[in-house]
Amino acid sequence: MSTATAHEAHHEEHPSGIARWLFTTNHKDIGTLYLWFAFIMLLIGGAMAMYIRAELWQPGIQLSDPNFFNTMTTMHGLIMVFGAVMPAFVGLANWQIPMMIGAPDMALPRMNNWSFWILPFAGLLLISTLFMEGGGPNFGWTMHAPLSSTYAPPSTDFFIFAVHLLGLSSIMGSINIIATILNLRAPTMTLMKMPLFVWTWLITAFLLIAVMPVLAGAVTMLLTDRNFGTSFFDAAGGGDPILFQHVFWFFGHPEVYIMILPAFGVVSQIIPTFARKPLFGYSSMVYASASIAFLSFIVWAHHMFTTGMPVSGQLYFMFATIMIAVPTGVKIFNWLATMWKGSMTFETPMLWALSFVVLFTLGGFSGLMLGVAPADFQYHDTYFVVAHFHYVLVTGALFAIIAAVFYWLPKWTGYMYDEKLAKIHFWWSMVWVNVLFFPQHFLGLAGMPRRIPDYALQFTNWNVISSIGGFAFGLGWLLFLYIIIKAIRGGQKATDEVWEDAKGLEWTVPSPAPYHTFATAPEIK
Amino acid sequence: MSAKLLKSTLGGLLGTSAVVASQSVLAEWGLNMTKGVTPISREIWDLHMLVLWISVAIGVVVFGAMIYSIVNHTKAKGAKAAQFHESTTVEVLWTIVPILILVGVAVPATKTLLALEDTRDADVNIQVTGYQWKWKYEYLDEDISFFSNLASTSREAINGDPTGVENYLLEVDNPLVVPINKKIRFLIAANDVLHAWWVPAFGVKQDAVPGYINDAWAVIEEPGVYRGQCAELCGKDHGFMPIVVEAKTEADYVAWVADQKAAVAAEAEAAGKVWNMADLMARGETVYNTNCAACHQANGEGLAGVFPGIKGSPLATGPLPAHLDIIVKGKAGTAMQAFGAQLSNTDIAAVVTYQRNAWGNDTGDMVQPTDIQGAR
Repeated sequence: MSTATAHEAHHEEHPSGIARWLFTTNHKDIGTLYLWFAFIMLLIGGAMAMYIRAELWQPGIQLSDPNFFNTMTTMHGLIMVFGAVMPAFVGLANWQIPMMIGAPDMALPRMNNWSFWILPFAGLLLISTLFMEGGGPNFGWTMHAPLSSTYAPPSTDFFIFAVHLLGLSSIMGSINIIATILNLRAPTMTLMKMPLFVWTWLITAFLLIAVMPVLAGAVTMLLTDRNFGTSFFDAAGGGDPILFQHVFWFFGHPEVYIMILPAFGVVSQIIPTFARKPLFGYSSMVYASASIAFLSFIVWAHHMFTTGMPVSGQLYFMFATIMIAVPTGVKIFNWLATMWKGSMTFETPMLWALSFVVLFTLGGFSGLMLGVAPADFQYHDTYFVVAHFHYVLVTGALFAIIAAVFYWLPKWTGYMYDEKLAKIHFWWSMVWVNVLFFPQHFLGLAGMPRRIPDYALQFTNWNVISSIGGFAFGLGWLLFLYIIIKAIRGGQKATDEVWEDAKGLEWTVPSPAPYHTFATAPEIK
Repeated sequence: MSAKLLKSTLGGLLGTSAVVASQSVLAEWGLNMTKGVTPISREIWDLHMLVLWISVAIGVVVFGAMIYSIVNHTKAKGAKAAQFHESTTVEVLWTIVPILILVGVAVPATKTLLALEDTRDADVNIQVTGYQWKWKYEYLDEDISFFSNLASTSREAINGDPTGVENYLLEVDNPLVVPINKKIRFLIAANDVLHAWWVPAFGVKQDAVPGYINDAWAVIEEPGVYRGQCAELCGKDHGFMPIVVEAKTEADYVAWVADQKAAVAAEAEAAGKVWNMADLMARGETVYNTNCAACHQANGEGLAGVFPGIKGSPLATGPLPAHLDIIVKGKAGTAMQAFGAQLSNTDIAAVVTYQRNAWGNDTGDMVQPTDIQGAR
């Protein structure tokens, strides 16, 4: 039911050119900015991954020195986490949340602009460290002290500044999202009537506000240890390297749930649409998401099982960690029950969403194995961990982002994307991502540590296969770029509803969505 | 899947097989973790397999149902969508059953963890200290201590062709030697940054944390050579500081200890005598390649802007005291460590002699072990 069309006529004039993009306070424009930024960072981080896979193609050092390899692994992680995945989800939040709750825009539109525009500066600052004397950060995205404090290159202080900027952006964005969701919902939309994507973002925003300041604290302590004579993490000065790990992982564990909860929300939107059936167990899904978020705060030291923790600590963290499998399993079963006895079709968004369910579950299995503390003594800091988190982050978070992009792109552009090309891109990605990451489980189990530029000969074969998967998977993203640009420029016109029987307020406005939607609040039946 | 896509995927797979087949000499298709040679490593393997099989079983059920649904509950097959969307019973069931499965995993895991952490009543105590980028082993019950560096056979091949090198990146100059069937307690410390001591065959991995002494234990049930690697990013040569443990029978171990003690005595004697140039250069070259070449390169040229060259350098061709000082005391604020803490007088004398005469430096200087004490 489109209530806004009568008003659209006056509001069609909006700024154009560079000024439009620099000063926009429109949630749709800002969503677009975030998504393009994230995609550019995906390509940059991906190029670094290609470097890594090229060096690991054969035993021996072929491309560059080990320190540069460590820099590439560090920057790859930082860029993907902070530059690609997080901004992409914020971009989806910006585009979709106001429309899905019947709000005209975000609660704090000017702060919204600032939240985005900090990012290119932060990204540039981070990347510029590669060109500083001594090189860029080379201590892993997990930045453990003292490698990242007293033994780190001079550029580290700029890296710390970049992290502060990224955190500021996330905190402001989260405040905006919470204020929007709590205050601007259409009057009849109670919390338990909100779409799951909105729920998962509400929860994620609270996680972000809770933990980004903790990361800021950790990197500030690194800064003072490096420059102002403190010894937070220096045993010789009375400090404790393990303190860094506690503080970092107190942020770090919720961070990974920050990266997956919105993905859960996306999948909960897409599967019901293409199964033509309501989401099974709506309230369970809300409670499960909240449980996962709560549990995420109390399991951090499962990243630290080998640090010399007392056995009571290890037991507690093991029990708490494996418990997360319960609400996560609940979600998987609910998606399955949504599909069950539905009437499914398999357009591109559904393909990505279904592959998320399967492959994220695989990542969940390796996660469960990692949570078993004594076994973790063999898995920790090996390629088994690398395989685990790439399954949950790439075939999990990233696949959900792509699903969301294809799902909502016709609403954004007004044109259907090329379904045939999109399906080719999907299958190409699906095959090669597994060739890339599945063998890494074997490498870890066989004994290959992570973050090494060169390896013992018995690891050669699986590394060759993984590298082939990497190069092919990477290539596919050029096809994705082509599909998106093509869809922006034209194609078959999209209807308002886009997908048969799609439910949700976003499908009640025209495609492309007008610059301003829901200037007056809609009535929800 | 379209025919075109099928062809390109097959092509990719064939290409892969070609590349891989051509390296059949490296044919290692290892899929699983090692069972290892200690009671703990075996228990860990059992736990690993338990969770793996549980995951497989759950996967078969869940993915099986998904596949069934994807095949049959489709619009193409004319299925009409049901509208059921909740069931408290089912939600309770698929919450309780996983909890029970997790309890089934937690019980044996707890038992193994408690055993793994019990380092009491050890027969042999060895302190393992992580350095950038080597390990130091000190037998606390004997008076034996030495450094264990990546073997030169590996180091020389890194920038070349490693495929012919046996145990490439998993060989050291001085392996850790231990007896079988005795409880060995490893006390793990660090000299600089975080490292981690990991031997998969023992099921032992502990972080080396500066300021802490962590511990771990193993009873090795079979004699043999066991290899591991550093398992915590520690800087540029993190991938180049392996661990080699030789587990010997009791008799062989006792003999080895005796040999070590004799070697210590012989070394003390050698430190008192006067060395000739040829012997100093030979020993110095070994010390250099083991300890210095990682940064300063085997050809003495270093890495421009990062590690100074020694070939033609003012320190190596100028006054001796400054050269000795930087080697013994290191250089604060840089990666140049204080090797006085790591090398014997004889080794320092040899390596300084070598540096002052190799690569055309040709100072003709000979430094004796007895000259070093004054520089410390």
